[in-house]
Order: sequence, then C-alpha cells, then structure tokens
Amino acid sequence: MRQREFEKRHESGWRELEAALRTDGGTVADLPGRYRQLCQQFAMASERHYTSDLQERLNRLVMAAHQRIYRRRPLRRSAWVDYLLGGFPRAVRSQARAVYLSTALFLLPALVLGIGCYLNDSLVYTLMEPEQVSLFESMYDPANRVTGRERGSDSDLYMFGFYIKNNIGIAFRTFAAGIIFGVGAVFILVFNGVYIGATAGHLTRLGFGGTFYPFVIGHGAFELTAIALAGAAGLCLGQSLIDPGGYPRLVALRKAASRAMQIMYGTFLMLVLAAFLEAFWSSSQSLPVGLKLATGAALWILVLAYLAFAGRGGQHRAT
Amino acid sequence: MLDTRYTIETPEGIDLQAQVAGPVPRVLAYAVDLFYRTVITIALWLGLNLAGMDTAGWGIWLLGSFLLEWFYPVVFELWRHGQTPGKQAFGLMVVNANLTPVSWSASLLRNLLRVADFLPLAYATGLTTMTLSRQFQRLGDMAADTIVVYRQPQADRKALPQLAPCVPPRNLEAEDQRAIISLTERHREISEARQEELAELLQPVTDASGPAGLRYLRAIGLWLLGAR
Repeated sequence: MRQREFEKRHESGWRELEAALRTDGGTVADLPGRYRQLCQQFAMASERHYTSDLQERLNRLVMAAHQRIYRRRPLRRSAWVDYLLGGFPRAVRSQARAVYLSTALFLLPALVLGIGCYLNDSLVYTLMEPEQVSLFESMYDPANRVTGRERGSDSDLYMFGFYIKNNIGIAFRTFAAGIIFGVGAVFILVFNGVYIGATAGHLTRLGFGGTFYPFVIGHGAFELTAIALAGAAGLCLGQSLIDPGGYPRLVALRKAASRAMQIMYGTFLMLVLAAFLEAFWSSSQSLPVGLKLATGAALWILVLAYLAFAGRGGQHRAT
Repeated sequence: MLDTRYTIETPEGIDLQAQVAGPVPRVLAYAVDLFYRTVITIALWLGLNLAGMDTAGWGIWLLGSFLLEWFYPVVFELWRHGQTPGKQAFGLMVVNANLTPVSWSASLLRNLLRVADFLPLAYATGLTTMTLSRQFQRLGDMAADTIVVYRQPQADRKALPQLAPCVPPRNLEAEDQRAIISLTERHREISEARQEELAELLQPVTDASGPAGLRYLRAIGLWLLGAR
C-alpha cells in the first residue's frame, strides 16, 4: 500500500485521537482498542519505511495514548490504611540489620558523649561554642519560666514550622546522603548522636534534668526513632552500591530505593507527629512533670511495640 | 552511537521513541524553577508581613518554605504531566524509564535525592552522573528509574512540493526509493543548491542536470508516496 492511501484510510481516526488526547478531559470511546489499532498502524508504518514525517507523527500519537493508558492509579484509601496498620512496620522489620546499625550509629556516640559530658565539665566545650552552650543552658534552666526556647503565647505555631523545616529536613538529608555508599548517612547519624548526647549529659550534670527530660521524652519517641529509621533507609541505599548482591549496581540501587521509600513514608509521618508534639505538648508549662514523663514513656512503648509487632501475620494481604 | 534517542519496546510490541534531555536544558529549567520558588517564598514573606507578621506568621512562612523546598517539584511532576513550570518552559517532562507517567514513589524519591545530587555544591554530583550516564540520569533518576525527555509538540505536517508526479524508472531498489522519498520530503529543509548538488549525483540515471534533475527526482518521490 502506498503511503498516501494508508494515510487517507486512517487520517480521520488519527485526527480524532489527537484531538481527544490533546487535553486531559478529552475522551474517546474504547481507548484501549483504538490504542491497539494505532500500535499496529505504527508498526506497519515503520515496517514499510513510510516517511519519517508520518512515523514521527504516529510515534507522538502512540506516546500520548501510552501515557493515557498507563496513567497512575489514584491512591486508594485502603492502601494507606494497610500501610499504616502493617506495611510500614513490616518494611522496617525487613531491613532489621540496617535499622540496628543505624540505631547503634546514633545511640553509641550519644551514650559515650553523654556519659563523658556528665563526668567531665569541659568536654562539652570541645564540641560547641561557649555561647551555644550557655544558650541551651538558659533554655532548660529550671529558674527560667519557659522551657524549650524563649517563647510568647503565639509561638507554638512558629516552633511547629521550625521543627518541621529543621527536623524533617535533617531526616530527608540523612536518607539522601546514604546514597554516597552510606557514608553521608553515617556521618549525619554520628554527628547528631554526638550533639544530642553531649547536650543531654551536660544538662544532667548541671542538674537541669528535671526540665530537660520531661521536655524531650514525648516527641523524642517519634523524632529520635524517625531519625534512626531515615538513617536506616539511607544505609539501605548505600549498601546496595557497596554490595549489590548478584545484581548490577544500578538494578540493586533501584530495588533498595523502593524498599527504602517504604520506610521513608512512615518516617515522614512520624516526624510531622513529633513536630506537632514538640510544639504543642512538650513545651506546655501547665502540665505536671509526672504526666509528661508517663505519657512520654507510654509513647516510647507504643512506638517500639508498633514497629516490632504491628502487621505480623498480615503478609498474605495484598499490599 | 552518539544519540539522544531513547527507545523502549512497549507491551504492545512496538518501539516507542523519545528524545532524552541533556544537562543544559535541564539546568536552565532548574534555574527557572529556582526563580519561581524564590519569588513565591518572598511573596509569602511579604504577604505575611502585610497581614501583620508575628511569631505565628514566621511559623507559617517556615512551613511554606519547607514545602517549597521539598515538594514543589513533586506536586508538579505528579499533577502536571511530569512538568514543573521550568520544565514546561523548555518542553521537558519527567517520565518513568518505560515512558509511562512518573509514579508517586519515583517522583518523591528523585526529588529527595536532590540532596545527594547537590553535593558537594551546585549539583556537582548530579551534573557529573548526568554527563556520564547514557540517558542523562542524575543519581535521583537512577534510583527512581526515571528519565527526562522532550515533550514533543504536535508539529505541522511537512508540505510536499507542488509538482505533477512522474512514473519512476523500473529498476529502483527499495533503498533508492526511500532516499528519493526522503529528498522529496525534505525539500524545504535543505538549501536548493545543495539539493541540486545531490540530484547531480544521479545524473546518469535521470539524464537531467541542475534544477531539471531535481524536479524529476521530486516528481518520482511524489509518485512513490502514492500521488497520481
């Protein structure tokens, strides 16, 4: 068949498809069927070496239909619920080694520096500027009325914004930096562990524990766990590049990345929750210390139990 | 082959083609997006100031700048056909490597990993990997299995020369026919003098030289395309 005849035969169909696919709203009856016909016409046009003009036009049209046919499914609510009830903790448990490693990288420096700063008054000054030290000393000084940062009545929202931007930013960076063979994630985890440990040790030494721990315990359950989880997700990326385990590195990276993202969604939610608690609950002055400590302890147990046990036995459900 | 053409075989068994976009248009598109983001951040700041910015206002501003920093590209990639305003300006779009619309997790992942691509400064890592990789992928693209391609606009059809078609000689091989058709099709793209020069090569076959030879070839081309 000559090209001109071929074009004449199918032109009206192509026009219709082009018009329907130009806008999002445009629809055409039986798109899958039309798409298959179009694919066949495109294959014929290339097989018969019709002009590049026609081939490009058909390629464009096939591409538009392809994008329409294979468009994203909208997120189903059940998918989210399944993820929260079981998918997230399962994803965390499936990367248990990375999670333990990340936790250790965070916790051990914190413990060492915490004990060190508790025993030695000058150690904290090897890490931080004196102004920085006196700033957080004043923040948690029981003699001060306001714990946390100095704040007026409407500053809860400000602190919420601050914690969201700062803490979630840290978690995202920890994850992303993990792709550099894990080195970036290790660095950020250790760095944060050192600072948090030193701060806690120094404040305990000064006898400010009575204001510091009730403040941090509640949101810490979500925030510290989430940082460790983000680190674990980052370590997964790094590990896939160091030890791709029988795959090409690129393929290993892709597989690890999709597993790591399963951890990151939940981590993000935990950090939003942590920022909310930190801004509106932890800083509250009217709540008794005992209640804060008890709630904080309950939250820790809740979070750890959730990660350890939720979604067990539910693997058979479609995810 | 040194080419930006990217071909995949679809489940329907056809080869679908796209042109992957290199570092230069992508950097320019990024610059446009950075400009928009900066403008929005400043506008938000001004707006909150006019509304009597207090500490709570700063909180809203921090939230806004957090969302802009991390989710600005994600929102556009997911709901604007893989095109941020910057990419739209340069006719680029983000797609999955199988040329389907970019998926949720892929878009989130490729934008989270911007941090790694940025290191040590000014997207040095991303530009390096983009230059080295076959499909111009930065780290985020590699991990998320996405590519950035040109979104082809619907082009006008090329006009064919207005001539009376002419019966071709008997012994034209398929390849010769394609060459003549291609010459006919591209009569506007190549300078007239060069086309005549090309036609001159076939002088032993066409028995004509100069403009006459070219006209004859075009007439054959039209016939081969199906004109009568």
